[in-house]
Amino acid sequence: MSIASKNLLGMKGMTADEITLILDTAATFKDVSERDIKKVPALRGKTVINLFYEASTRTRTSFELAGKRLSADVINISTSTSSVVKGETLLDTARNIEAMKCDMIIVRHSCSGAPEYLAQRLKSSVINAGDGFHEHPTQALLDMFTIREKLGKLKGLTITIVGDIAHSRVARSNIHGLITMGAHVRVCGPPTMIPPGIEDLGANVYYDMDKAVEGTDVVMMLRLQLERQTAGLFPGVREYAGLYGLNQSRVERAAKHVIVMHPGPMNRGVEISSDVADNRSVILDQVTNGVAIRMAVMFLLSGGAKNSAE
Amino acid sequence: MNILIKNGWVLDPANQVDEKLDLLVSDGKIAKLGKPGSISANDAQVIDAAQRLVVPGLIDMHVHLREPGFEYKETIATGTAAAKAGGFTSVCCMPNTSPVNDNRSITEFILSQARNAPARVYPIGSITRGSLGEELAEMGELRAAGCFALSDDGKPVMNASIMRRALEYSKIFDLLIIAHCEDVSLAAKGVMNEGAVSTELGLRGISRAAEDVMTGRDLLLAELTGGRLHIAHVSTIGSVRMIREAKLRGVKVTAETCPHYFTLTDEAVRGYNTMAKMNPPLRTAADVAAIKQGLRDGTIDVIVTDHAPHGMDEKAGEFDYAPFGIVGLETSLGLTLKLVDEGVLSLSEAISKLSANPAAALKIDKGTLDIGADADITIIDPEVQWTVDSSQFKSKSRNTPFNGWQLKGKAVQTIVGGRF
Repeated sequence: MSIASKNLLGMKGMTADEITLILDTAATFKDVSERDIKKVPALRGKTVINLFYEASTRTRTSFELAGKRLSADVINISTSTSSVVKGETLLDTARNIEAMKCDMIIVRHSCSGAPEYLAQRLKSSVINAGDGFHEHPTQALLDMFTIREKLGKLKGLTITIVGDIAHSRVARSNIHGLITMGAHVRVCGPPTMIPPGIEDLGANVYYDMDKAVEGTDVVMMLRLQLERQTAGLFPGVREYAGLYGLNQSRVERAAKHVIVMHPGPMNRGVEISSDVADNRSVILDQVTNGVAIRMAVMFLLSGGAKNSAE
Repeated sequence: MNILIKNGWVLDPANQVDEKLDLLVSDGKIAKLGKPGSISANDAQVIDAAQRLVVPGLIDMHVHLREPGFEYKETIATGTAAAKAGGFTSVCCMPNTSPVNDNRSITEFILSQARNAPARVYPIGSITRGSLGEELAEMGELRAAGCFALSDDGKPVMNASIMRRALEYSKIFDLLIIAHCEDVSLAAKGVMNEGAVSTELGLRGISRAAEDVMTGRDLLLAELTGGRLHIAHVSTIGSVRMIREAKLRGVKVTAETCPHYFTLTDEAVRGYNTMAKMNPPLRTAADVAAIKQGLRDGTIDVIVTDHAPHGMDEKAGEFDYAPFGIVGLETSLGLTLKLVDEGVLSLSEAISKLSANPAAALKIDKGTLDIGADADITIIDPEVQWTVDSSQFKSKSRNTPFNGWQLKGKAVQTIVGGRF
């Protein structure tokens, strides 16, 4: 069994079988990162490019490590140092890279649809590392991996995602993936941050966080971008933290086994209090699992079969 | 030169002519209409219009010809060639050129470039200087130079007080004020209709309210001032409803829509298709139904294209960065005739919306086959099935969502002032 496409552009349209395959494959690769010699030859001789149009340390590092642990040759291109500054179009940049015979291009871009645009025009595999507000599939996959690891399953669980849903690719990818795996998703935030038609994607909407976390199995907090205040989306950090911040008392409203997640980086004291972040959350497990998931995705897209992962 | 158009079905809604007639053109004017075979040909060039419709030359009162300043997208020459290919004998070109047409010299430049063009060009002047929305343009000068209408199209006049004064002042010259209704603070950085599709695609949305708020405002200002208002590119349920209600109250307003607003919805954007990116954006099925109803009941008087040529490089790449707009001159008639096929409009109503009605809104002497009128005539084959092939467009630009579409009905002859 393998992934249908040469690309990973989003969670929408991915089947439950494909998701399960990726999670199972990641479980095998997680062990590699525990070893003294953190390397397997699966992608030896392959060339992987990280094409990041948006600043990112953790995601890029995570992909870089994933590629290197698979023995691939990994090159990082970030736009501030590249020909993009000279006005080169997205397509020209990607074609030039492909002309150097790259096997896989990992793209992060501030415009939704950019990875899809490239995937249609390049022979290389394209992995979406986050496009605009649209999707961030490897984040959703590592989130689902973490939930499955901690709670043993995904089907039938309730996951509450809190924050700026409207501008969140993490939220969208998680909604698609979790619903496909049979989980229930609640989204919570101020009405200004809940996009129209989000219910059509399968999520239930809450404006009241106390109700949204009632009995939930997983709370996933999203980072508040402070610039949204000037757009009138919320009146100030103090009020936002009071209404939508995850503190100990809200954690206690959730299920006893609740796990607390955050894609990072956190605004301590805004969307999540320090004591919850440091004592109750699985944020660091998410980071660890991120490398394993990205190894799995890169392995599977380059045609690797599950059995040869070791 | 004389031309005798015989055996055609003459449809002239303004004069309630709807029958098989022969038509004689003499010295560039409509000379005679008569029962088939009743007009002697003498030395006239004879056109056999059997199985064809013979209608007043079509008029598109909302087109971007891009000259001066953006000649790589389109020129007056190529834009009017596209117009003629689409069956249009007259077009009105919007002033968002570079420089903006806010003065006589640009208007005269456009008219001089259009002197030998295949279609007539009526320049539209801007409402405010540079279309910056701050000070009125010199309307008297623009009128004297040849403008029948003014618009800051591409942008709204955000300051209500300036729009009020524009509508008031326009009365001196009986100029039509064409409003691009968009509240830029609501539209913000939106790139498509705000709704379930924009949410799923992760694209910033432009709410219908951005259009409705300004349609409402401008209707009230027209009512206050008695100026003549024309609402450009209507796309929403709310705009249609408010225009209908304002007309019932006697407000002097006319309105236009475009074929894409009665043919496509925001679903066309899926796949990040920049050929479906325009402003106002494609809306929902409910809006399409309201637009059709508005056309049917006369709320919307005119069909225009908002022909907006852009280079293919500009429309390639990231959806967010692509400019708004699609071309339309060469597909408008075919898409409008679909409404006749669907029973939304009669053939006569459809032709009116493309000829008599825009002429009436602009108060120009066109859009009819009156005896003595300029011989601007479009001959249409209403049955021919054809496939849209953007690579064959006469326009310099190819940015259309309709490439490959099967349409029925096309202009086969476009006669301007008795010349082919």
